[in-house]
Amino acid sequence: MSTAHRGGLAKFNMDEIMNCMHCGFCLPACPTYRETGLESQSPRGRIALMKGVANGQLAIDPEFEKNMYACLGCRACETACPAGVSYGSLVETAREVVEDDKKSGARQPFLRRLMFDHVFPYPERVRAAGTALWAAQSLGLQELANKTGLIRLLPREMAEMQQAVDRIASPKERKQRKPVMQAEGEAALKIGLFTGCVMDVMYFETNQATARLLTKAGCDVVFIEGQGCCGALHAHAGEKEGAIRLAKRNIAACEQADVDLIVNNAGGCGAALKEYHHWFHDHPEWRDRACAFVAKVRDAGELLAELPPLTFTKPLHARVTYQDSCHLAHGQGIRNQPRQLLKSIPGLELAEMNGADSCCGSAGIYNITNFDMSMHILDGKMEHVKETKAQIIATSNPGCLLQMKKGILRAGLEGKVEAVHLMDLLDRAL
Amino acid sequence: MLEKAIRDELRAIVGEKYVLDTPNELYAYSYDATPIFQAMPDAVVMPAGAEEVAAVLKLANAHGIPIVPRGSGTNLAGGTIPVEGGIVLNMNRMNQIYEIDQQNLTATLGPGVVTADLHAAVEAVGLFYPPDPGSMRISTIGGNLAQCAGGMRGLKYGVTKDYILGLEYVLPSGEVLRCGGKNMKDVAGYDMTRLLVGSEGTLAVITEITVKLLPLPESKRTLVAYYTNLVDAAKTVEKVIADKIIPATIEFLDQSTMKVVDDFAKLGLPLEMKSMLLIEQDGPADLVEQDIERIAEIARQQGAAEVKLATTPEEGAKLLAARRSALAALSRLRPTTILEDATVPRSRLAEMVAEVERIAEKYQLHICTFGHAGDGNLHPTCMTDERDQEEIKRVEQAFEEIFHAAIRLGGTITGEHGVGMAKMNYLDLKAGPGGIELMKRIKAAFDPNHIMNPGKMFAGSGRRRVVVKR
Repeated sequence: MSTAHRGGLAKFNMDEIMNCMHCGFCLPACPTYRETGLESQSPRGRIALMKGVANGQLAIDPEFEKNMYACLGCRACETACPAGVSYGSLVETAREVVEDDKKSGARQPFLRRLMFDHVFPYPERVRAAGTALWAAQSLGLQELANKTGLIRLLPREMAEMQQAVDRIASPKERKQRKPVMQAEGEAALKIGLFTGCVMDVMYFETNQATARLLTKAGCDVVFIEGQGCCGALHAHAGEKEGAIRLAKRNIAACEQADVDLIVNNAGGCGAALKEYHHWFHDHPEWRDRACAFVAKVRDAGELLAELPPLTFTKPLHARVTYQDSCHLAHGQGIRNQPRQLLKSIPGLELAEMNGADSCCGSAGIYNITNFDMSMHILDGKMEHVKETKAQIIATSNPGCLLQMKKGILRAGLEGKVEAVHLMDLLDRAL
Repeated sequence: MLEKAIRDELRAIVGEKYVLDTPNELYAYSYDATPIFQAMPDAVVMPAGAEEVAAVLKLANAHGIPIVPRGSGTNLAGGTIPVEGGIVLNMNRMNQIYEIDQQNLTATLGPGVVTADLHAAVEAVGLFYPPDPGSMRISTIGGNLAQCAGGMRGLKYGVTKDYILGLEYVLPSGEVLRCGGKNMKDVAGYDMTRLLVGSEGTLAVITEITVKLLPLPESKRTLVAYYTNLVDAAKTVEKVIADKIIPATIEFLDQSTMKVVDDFAKLGLPLEMKSMLLIEQDGPADLVEQDIERIAEIARQQGAAEVKLATTPEEGAKLLAARRSALAALSRLRPTTILEDATVPRSRLAEMVAEVERIAEKYQLHICTFGHAGDGNLHPTCMTDERDQEEIKRVEQAFEEIFHAAIRLGGTITGEHGVGMAKMNYLDLKAGPGGIELMKRIKAAFDPNHIMNPGKMFAGSGRRRVVVKR
């Protein structure tokens, strides 16, 4: 056993692994188990494999890696688990162990290093990529590439997913954003809006809508200087060090801004922001700062449901179904608030879909890394959407939103069904 | 590892995709829900139908390869641990409901159907399949049949064996046979159906099942009673039945179990109480109303400190769901949870609970007790840590004493989990040497080469509670 291997294994929380009593309650909650019927594709199975690795009965090899990355990380199993096993953190550790092992063997794919080390950590580079995409869109290059087949130069998974990308905001629009938006009436709260990295490029307008809603609800909204990627994608991909670096930057930036609450509109980012204190259990000097930060984090829907009700002036006569963001529902326990908000829109009819809190298959970058499984899960989800006869699918996370747009294309529902972020939908009715 | 030729043949039978033998896949089938036991299979095979099962069995029989049939692996007696290696026969692909016969009140289905799915399917047409093992959302009907699973409705409705009418099964020789059918009355020859139910995969592989259905009860009501001692709870159970009321469910939880379940399900239980009973009656609305009021009266007379009727079906369902989660919720306390299955005649319930308390004290162990009080079926559950060898030894001694106590009180070593590996050392206490000898001769008639789930049920062919590493 190499030194790196031993170091990686020490990272496993053996007590947490032992807490899994293999009762199997997680099996029916797990989308990948339901798809495959394989024990190795269930939370119970994956925890067993971790145990096998931790006690030296199994190797950290490509098979183990594949099984750990086949998990969506939706954490529906945590909701189902009566023994309270923190599966999400276990699978993150397992991926960290895999990545540590790969680094020691220097078998690192170029694209992965590029994204994790050289793009996500730098907001200006994410914005630059956004600008490039905007330019391609406005010059009609995306459409041309689609038509001419040039798109085939991209890996298949990325080519497939980019079809669902909407027009993104121009650099000019983005530059026009004011750093502070004043509350309507007297400000009750000073909110720092956590704009995210990808969210702020691909769904710039959703961030703007969120800010508008919050000002209507009596909050001053500040776009915090110096914030960036939350680190969730890094953490889910076993890049713990990178995740921690990003968390430190966000904590410091929010301390500087001196706000009452830190609000985000992406379920995945929000779950990570609310878990920062767990990331720092080995960093005593940062732990308290992280705890103070976490105490201030709210999901936009969570907060809006607590604030005085918004006044809507434009009824939305539509049938709407709500797709839970896994990390909002299972990660943060926020299920009712978004539904309450939807129901408060005059004219809107909420049609609950079967398995609304079951993962749509987006799961961060899962729809790129495990494209086929992701699309299987998505197709099943779209069947449930069809059953509701809804005209709009509302979601609370950019990944889910993109996935829903892709699902609409795959199910041939363009023009009949629309996918909209909850914040944009509320904003439409203001 | 199996020889390459055999692996190739298996692949030819079920298809490339359905033979798993990589290290991760084998490891994932090295355990079930039983703590501590673990052993690696040589291959996992997922057949799609009786013909494939027959071909796999024939091949295994010719080469003396052990066969371990498996559903969702939720059993608690080590019944699906491949303790002698060989092939784990995963039956999950055979998960179709072929027919719901509303005239004969039967359903015919594959063994891989998840029990809760059968419930949903028959209830959709106003019918009822009563057995409801605690794990029914995950467990399969084939697994329920193999272990003769029980559940919370055993008192009024009986257990799995009371609902199996007919079977298709495959012998190790590859012969596909049928027994029973849709007839309510069927006495032609030995009752092979009853013999196969509860045979724990040691005789044959079940490939098709016909179950008996009932009309869905039109209403149900739930009542909960809290007691400051154990004896009054036990007396309530006796009196209710002596009063000729048979509730669908009478569940018992002791104080430690109440605490844990409450912490998990946030029910606001009165945690100063020593025990509680959860009673449900179903049937025609008038009758249910009458029964539940009478039960409440009896509970009060027998010294219940508090009696509460659930006002809505949702409230009742929530209480029962909490009881279902008891086992897993208990596991929050310590890393390893060992749940046992001692059963006594109803009238000896209080004595048995007291025995468990005494034994826990004697061996300095944390044992919680809950279970199906109406059936006298208790689940003394020990919270421990399998890494502490010294403690595990005391756990084994304590359970041995618990089983002896159950037998002494006229009970048995397992009410619904089966013998498997966990209790094979105690089977003789119940069956006696002559009984075990006859069982072995029956097994030899079905399975002369001893390939069917070896190392289970009979002592001497397996090991006691130890982690097996192959």
